[in-house]
Amino acid sequence: MTKLVVDGREIDVPPEYTLLQACEAAGAEIPRFCYHERLSIAGNCRMCLVELVGSPKPVASCAWAARDCRPGPKGEPPEVKTRSPMVRKAREGVMEFLLINHPLDCPICDQGGECDLQDQSMAYGIDSSRFVENKRAVEDKYLGALVKTSMNRCIQCTRCVRFITEVAGVPELGAIGRGEDMEITSYLETALHSELQGNIVDICPVGALTSKPYAFTARPWELNKTESIDVMDALGSAIRIDTRGSEVMRILPRTNDDINEEWISDKTRHVVDGLRTQRLDQPYVREHGKLRPATWTEAFKAVAAKLAQTNPKRMGAMVGDLAAVEEIFALKDLLTRLGVSNLDCRQDGSALDPAWGRATYLFNATIAGIDAADALLIVGSNPRKEAAILNARIRKRWRTGRFPIGLIGAKADLTYPYDYLGAGPETLADITRHSFADNLRKAERPMVLVGAGAFARADGGALASLAAKAAIDLGAVKGGWNGYCVLHNAASRVGALDLGFVPGRGALSARQMAAYGTLDLLFLLGVDEIEIPRGAFVVYIGTHGDRGASRADVVLPGAAYPEKSAIYVNTEGRVQMATRASFPPGDAREDWAILRALSDILKHRLPYDSLSELRQALFKAHPHMMRIGQIAPGDPADIEKLAERGGTVEKAPFGAGIVDYYLTNAIARCSAVMAECSAIAGGRTNMTAAE
Amino acid sequence: MSVRRLAEKQPASFAFTPENLEWAKAKIAQYPEGRQQSAVIPILWRAQEQCGGWLPQKAIEATAELLGMANIRVLEIATFYTMFNLAPVGRYHVQLCGTTPCMLRGAEDLKKVCERMIGREGEVTADGAFSWIEVECLGACVNAPMVQINADYYEDLTPESFTQIINDLSAGRTPKPGPQVDRVNSAPIGGPTTLTDPAIYAKVIPDGELPPAVTDEDGKKPGAAANVHQSPTPRSPIGDATDRRRD
Repeated sequence: MTKLVVDGREIDVPPEYTLLQACEAAGAEIPRFCYHERLSIAGNCRMCLVELVGSPKPVASCAWAARDCRPGPKGEPPEVKTRSPMVRKAREGVMEFLLINHPLDCPICDQGGECDLQDQSMAYGIDSSRFVENKRAVEDKYLGALVKTSMNRCIQCTRCVRFITEVAGVPELGAIGRGEDMEITSYLETALHSELQGNIVDICPVGALTSKPYAFTARPWELNKTESIDVMDALGSAIRIDTRGSEVMRILPRTNDDINEEWISDKTRHVVDGLRTQRLDQPYVREHGKLRPATWTEAFKAVAAKLAQTNPKRMGAMVGDLAAVEEIFALKDLLTRLGVSNLDCRQDGSALDPAWGRATYLFNATIAGIDAADALLIVGSNPRKEAAILNARIRKRWRTGRFPIGLIGAKADLTYPYDYLGAGPETLADITRHSFADNLRKAERPMVLVGAGAFARADGGALASLAAKAAIDLGAVKGGWNGYCVLHNAASRVGALDLGFVPGRGALSARQMAAYGTLDLLFLLGVDEIEIPRGAFVVYIGTHGDRGASRADVVLPGAAYPEKSAIYVNTEGRVQMATRASFPPGDAREDWAILRALSDILKHRLPYDSLSELRQALFKAHPHMMRIGQIAPGDPADIEKLAERGGTVEKAPFGAGIVDYYLTNAIARCSAVMAECSAIAGGRTNMTAAE
Repeated sequence: MSVRRLAEKQPASFAFTPENLEWAKAKIAQYPEGRQQSAVIPILWRAQEQCGGWLPQKAIEATAELLGMANIRVLEIATFYTMFNLAPVGRYHVQLCGTTPCMLRGAEDLKKVCERMIGREGEVTADGAFSWIEVECLGACVNAPMVQINADYYEDLTPESFTQIINDLSAGRTPKPGPQVDRVNSAPIGGPTTLTDPAIYAKVIPDGELPPAVTDEDGKKPGAAANVHQSPTPRSPIGDATDRRRD
């Protein structure tokens, strides 16, 4: 530890701390633009200047280590001043220089009201400018569908360049030219290809990079901010939903070091316009082959009429990827009362079974555990597409060094190098004899990351057993460390598996339910990823007019994730509660309330009249759901049991998983922004120059 | 300095010649494993030579490919250093120094010569022979004003001598590089002005009597001073005038 005196207060900080961190630890506020605690140090904005007693000039505190400070003449600890006249003058000078070429267009700038430069020039700048010459003009750059540029405003902090290179791992941004003519651009103004590019808008301290879809739609001070949880992937990233009235205007990340640090993926952020389009805002009933708008009563009666003439054995229900725990619980409750056991939450056809134990389907090592892991084997997964934030976490761990990564499955650009071991299960079966296995065996905390998509095949059960066996043989499951990690790609999946929303004994699985002629009545709770054949009477509860709704015979409009308070369980098994930020459109209702109302008509009334009563019943049945923000860890012994199950595995290689990152669910498919991103990512657009 | 962009008209392809590729590989091999990127400037320079004095987009991409770098990283370097030309230049590319010493000694007049004989700055003559740009200090201020044409410096220019050089070049002759007046390198014009007294050179040492005072080897031997440690730790600096310490 190093002793420092900051503004007369003595503190002890680790020697590797920078002066800026030390000053913050001492409670002093240091203005900064280029410094960002999750990026490398650039030291080029000079806003963080402080006075280091004994140094003739002010020093940039972000780039000066505490251990590099010299002691005073009599050996007293180095002294830093952050409020001296010298510092004040230095800050004013730096701010004046920064503003020389910065346009005074705050009134038309989207960053206005949440701009670091605005705030800091108020706090640390001087009241007027002495600069009368012309300001520099810079051409705006095209960076794709998500990031709008206004390059006159750029102060060249290079945060965006460092983020894209270091965190996102897609080095496409750079600073060309030099001096006054330095410009931030992508190579020849091609669109960015990172799934995390939206974050450069957040880290831009000025209005140079702003959100293109959100451009000129709202001001930060007219928005209501609601802290919630994302459902676009299975990570449950912490988000803030900004609404104006009942309309969701934008989604921003919140800091949660356990999951998303302070980043979110582009789908999480920019799916917003999908929440407005193609919404189901009233019930529909199919008549003469066409869906016609109906009232709730009509719709319920149609369901009741069908139900009355159907045998429970010919009824079934599936749960989609975005459903919350409450409605899954209510649906299961209702169907159990009706005597239906054809339930499935695995519309991808996965073989994961809650009967194997919770540890067999969780990301046991936890997302933060990636930082502690020292070797990684990825099996049948493309984390970059399935969970972009998690991939950034893996990359972050890889950047710190000594982190061998192996991949079994489809080759892909994961933004970090890996040893490609093979394409299919036979490589996994032989993994212990592979030279890469030594890396895992030698490691103290090896991780085996298995994509949930890998189990979505006929031999999925045997594959899961094989993966568990590999994890145990490689030493990934041992005392104090459970490195067997299943990476899900649906937000609802772990919650639904926890509730046991899988077929009962002898009942039909999702694949079988989706086969022709197996069912007469099928309830779909937001199920859009599976083709339902003709024949069955389909009741669809969901939010968007996607595949499920167009197949349905009765459509019951539900609430999308910003429109309900709901519990989600992420891939780690972490229980999180999302908060309601707006209201469902038109006649749409919260899904649990729909099921409660339907149960009344079906004469099997669910015994809860409010969400809190429902939650009480839920907590009683599944106590771990009560512990919001926490993980009820799985039992490692379950993984050993799974490894012993065995089974025959086919030779077919693992699939590529998610084909189009931008269009994985109904909300994203209804978003024009996501469609444009998908077109750019797929190379289906010629638009590369500035529009 | 101004905003630098790649030229609008670009050749369709670029490939290093076998000799250049071999040279580039040797260059890369000079750096430790994982540090191949350090060779980027020499290789870009070689690519520029191969392309006749400028860097096309494909050459930048080929260099990036060769070094395993992102295209943008190489573009950053190519746009940062003004020695990389991003648009075609003439066979004779004149870089005219316009920084203060040269300007005071008549660089403005040379600029007029360029404009008259070659054309506008940055444009190539119709026959592809000449182009010119104004550059910042080329470090030959003693011989101001000066220009650099391809690899050679032409110094102590007047509009007349500069015109003559351009005429010579366009006629296929090879003008003498260096100062265009009566002087050697940057020695005084018209011969030495000091140390001219022959008496100071009077004492002639016969060959072979004394060894040279310093040989090339001496620089490599550790001198006495290298082994002397003054004190194990540096003293703290003297605080102010009241500090009366003595050694």
